[in-house]
Amino acid sequence: MIERLAYLWPEIALFASTCIVMVLGLSHSRSTRKMSAVVAGAGLIASLVLAIYTTPHATEVRNPGGQTLLPDLARYSKVMIAGVGLLLLLLAAGTVDRDDEDEIAAGRRTFDPLRSNRAEFYAFFLFSITGLMLCASAADLVWLFLALELTSLPTYIMVAISTNRNRSKEAAVKYFFLGAMGAAIFLFGFAFIYGGTGSTKLNVIAEVFGRSGINGTAMTGLVLAVLGLGFKIAAVPMHFYTADVYQGAAAQVSGFLAFVPKTAGFIALMLLMSTVRWNHGDVGGSSLPEALRVTLWVMAALTMTVGNVLAIWQTSVKRVLAYSSIAHSGYMLVGIIAGPGGGQAADNGLSAVLFYLLGYGLTNVGTFAVLAALERTGPDGRRHEIDSFADLRGLCKTRPMLGWVMVLCSMSLLGFPPLLGFFAKLPLFTAGISAGELPLVVILGVNSAIAAFYYLRFVQACLLESPDEQSTLVRASPFASRGFAALLSGAGVVVLVVFSGQLLRYSHEAGKADQIYRQSPPVTAASVPSRTPSE
Amino acid sequence: MNALGLLSSLVCIPLLFAGAIAARPAREAKWIALLGSLIAGAVGLASLTQYDWKSSDLAQFQQSADWIPALGLSVSLGADGVSMALILLTLLLGPICIACSFTAISTREKTYYACFLILQAAMTGVFAAQDLVLFYICFEFTLVPMFVLISLFGSTNRKKAAIKFFLYTFVGSIIALAGFVYVAWTHAHTHGGLWTYDLAELQRTAAAMPLKQQSWVLLALMAGFSVKIPLFPVHTWLPLAHTEAPTAGSVVLAGVLLKLGTYGMFRFALPYAPEAVAHYAPFIAVLCIIGILYAGLICWVQQDVKKLVAYSSVAHLGFCILGMVALNSTGIRGSVLYMINHGLSTGALFLLIGMIYERYHTRDMRELGGLARRMPVWSTFMVFFTMASVGLPGLNGFVSEFMCLLGTFQAEPTWASGHNALGDRVPGATPSGHLGPIYAGVAGVGMIVAAMYLLMMLGKVVWGPLKEPHAHDSHGDAHGAAATHSPLPTDLGLREVLVLLPLAVACVWLGVYPKPALDALEPSVARMVRIFAPPAPGKVLSAEATAPAPVDSNDAEVAR
Repeated sequence: MIERLAYLWPEIALFASTCIVMVLGLSHSRSTRKMSAVVAGAGLIASLVLAIYTTPHATEVRNPGGQTLLPDLARYSKVMIAGVGLLLLLLAAGTVDRDDEDEIAAGRRTFDPLRSNRAEFYAFFLFSITGLMLCASAADLVWLFLALELTSLPTYIMVAISTNRNRSKEAAVKYFFLGAMGAAIFLFGFAFIYGGTGSTKLNVIAEVFGRSGINGTAMTGLVLAVLGLGFKIAAVPMHFYTADVYQGAAAQVSGFLAFVPKTAGFIALMLLMSTVRWNHGDVGGSSLPEALRVTLWVMAALTMTVGNVLAIWQTSVKRVLAYSSIAHSGYMLVGIIAGPGGGQAADNGLSAVLFYLLGYGLTNVGTFAVLAALERTGPDGRRHEIDSFADLRGLCKTRPMLGWVMVLCSMSLLGFPPLLGFFAKLPLFTAGISAGELPLVVILGVNSAIAAFYYLRFVQACLLESPDEQSTLVRASPFASRGFAALLSGAGVVVLVVFSGQLLRYSHEAGKADQIYRQSPPVTAASVPSRTPSE
Repeated sequence: MNALGLLSSLVCIPLLFAGAIAARPAREAKWIALLGSLIAGAVGLASLTQYDWKSSDLAQFQQSADWIPALGLSVSLGADGVSMALILLTLLLGPICIACSFTAISTREKTYYACFLILQAAMTGVFAAQDLVLFYICFEFTLVPMFVLISLFGSTNRKKAAIKFFLYTFVGSIIALAGFVYVAWTHAHTHGGLWTYDLAELQRTAAAMPLKQQSWVLLALMAGFSVKIPLFPVHTWLPLAHTEAPTAGSVVLAGVLLKLGTYGMFRFALPYAPEAVAHYAPFIAVLCIIGILYAGLICWVQQDVKKLVAYSSVAHLGFCILGMVALNSTGIRGSVLYMINHGLSTGALFLLIGMIYERYHTRDMRELGGLARRMPVWSTFMVFFTMASVGLPGLNGFVSEFMCLLGTFQAEPTWASGHNALGDRVPGATPSGHLGPIYAGVAGVGMIVAAMYLLMMLGKVVWGPLKEPHAHDSHGDAHGAAATHSPLPTDLGLREVLVLLPLAVACVWLGVYPKPALDALEPSVARMVRIFAPPAPGKVLSAEATAPAPVDSNDAEVAR
């Protein structure tokens, strides 16, 4: 087990910085505590660098004891996680302790170490990201479960302390209970998988499945696990918390929730599905086992449709984004159903999902960053978040930078060419069609069109409407880094298009199943060569 | 060949000048825009000399670079006769649109003129794209500047119009994209996993698909293009967009943007699903005819001149598509010529209406009348372009409308390009499409309707007793009679005449001596017609050169 540590340098760096942040949080000095954000940033940068340089390639020495189903998954995922994590950190500035700091600045109070949550917030932030990275390194069901929980548990607290309002507490409680239920379901599923195969190691499970097929116990476990992970990715029928939690939490934390647990869920889904492999079914043997395929298919179709249709009727911006986040999970599930394909990047559904996660993560941070970079004084004289389209009216005129980032990001989420979202969606189309899931791809197309109805509301509010009394009450929040995060993601949505060929190559590497996959045991070997290049 | 950079420079020049507009002060914007569009026009004229009009290549001036090889995307440009004709139309209308806005636009000039240049680049990109995804990107991207133009510079109901325009087109074209991806996948599936979106490659694959698959592809492509054209049931966005758009926006919308739909039909729907098009030609033709008659009748009851011309576009493009689905040389040539002619005459009509609107701030025929007395020059142009639009022999509209109807009349039962499993053509395959005298006859009624409503409009607006609205009647502001306080001359000024003159010259030229234009279109159209025409028995082998490559696509495999 100890040799596994060598492959966990990014996580180790993050964990170390988490510990430092927690120690800083014990300090009596306000300025020391303020260092916690800097340390968190340093930790993320260190893990980004380490993820690039220390993660071994699949072609190098075999990861001892690691999972070999998707050998290059860890590298791409960790780099992506650290990168988007940095943006989320920029966004998180000033989330907690805001009122205290204001009072101190106004001279009404002096610093009280007992009332400051700043360091705890950053520590939880880093813990969650560490958990996410650990998901990508998981080779074992127990490891996977612990990593998923390490990702989720801190987010419950982050939601609760993100604002001082009761709504956040309510959201946190709701999130916690439903999250616990989701975790229970997939843990139950994991237990069944263990029961059906006799191992918790993903490689061994895959071997057992390949050798003697998937028995009823294991299949029950897999379906339960998929349903439970549906909570993490906010897929129907486990989506009910999403809108309330996103609305209740501060925009910065909602942005975090839309990327971190979702990515964890998708990575876990990929790992689980690659144990059963996409070599079942009668159509050339290139799909998941029928029970799983149908489960995922129905989930995907419902998730896209429910997310998009409900988003149309929302009045709160954060709820719209929450439902759109549900819809995007539905899109990505198409990639999971399609699987790694026959070796071409265009066929590779896992690559499409990984690339989409990057595109979605980046764009999504942009939209939430714009919301977080603005605030207004409510009728009660207190500070309020921006949460209605009326607040965004004329944003392109009053704050051109934020306004245009909002326009660009919402168009990218819509999948409008030539923005990043379009190039992220295209591989999902191609992979879905390649896997023969034509009806699902049609549903995907129709849903992308439905999405235009609500994404255009952002464009309409920011670009077309003129500022009025309500929107002139809106002012910039005093944290420049939030605006900077918005700017970075707005630029990324445009600039990364140029590099999307390169990025797709990386994600294709990451989503490529290992050779073991191809040299399958004799039972399945006959059905593997579905779309080999020789055809 | 020194013409290699032509198409990419046609795309890049407007973009560069749009950048220049952003960098310079607002008062220079219009001059920079005009200069940019004129330079692009000059490059376009230069390309005329380099283009080999006799060649039947699918694309000349080819340029290609890999973009996202993992997905098979490339940036690939090229043009055939039809593309060249439409690019030239774009380049002609570019400076005209810009010059006609000089007095009309006084706010946000930088945004306005930059939008026009970006729009021009995107439209050129659509006509020159040799890669399906590049085509799709340019096709969609035209929405953005047009959306901004309508929503920022339009009239009262502009936001609704802009959003309706965007939603209709976006929804349609995303379905067309699904069709493209499906064809690309079929190609990958039958070519050992090689993904490409190359126009010519995919054409071979698509045309070799069985009827059932082709029908789906046709349905998907039609969903995208029929919204843009627009065909009968999905035309409702057009009148709204036209009436709300600023003048130049309407000109470019009618002149070029609608042609993206007809061009898409010509470039993709016909060659990609030949068998299905032949099979469903009567259905498409019926939609066209409904559009022609229904829109014609709507025109008849319009009070708003601009709305009238907008609805007349629906009718006109019905003729255009009717000629196209006749699937013979006369019909298709007429149809392509119709695209150009409609761009010229309807574009000019929108310009003229815009000039009136600038002076009187109304387009209501109940308030305007007898303008021949007040504005003789304007009235002359108005009568001229209306006649061109009606289809008066000697002017451009007549030639193309006649050819479309003639083509429909003559449309023999068309043979699908039936291939057997080996990819050989099967002479004498069953006839599967049939237009004929009945279709032409019913559509011909539409010509009469068109004459009625357009002449009625002329009668009200140009002739009769002089009626001029007074600005304070309708607006309540203290302007007095618009004509006296406006900076514009009572009749057309030199700039306005210069804007209209090139269009008038083109109309006369294409009406009196259309042969050069028709000859220029001939090779491209002939290539298309070969797909549909039943090959003479002895020519099976030579036809094979253009026929889909013999790929061993057994149907069961493709059907998966």
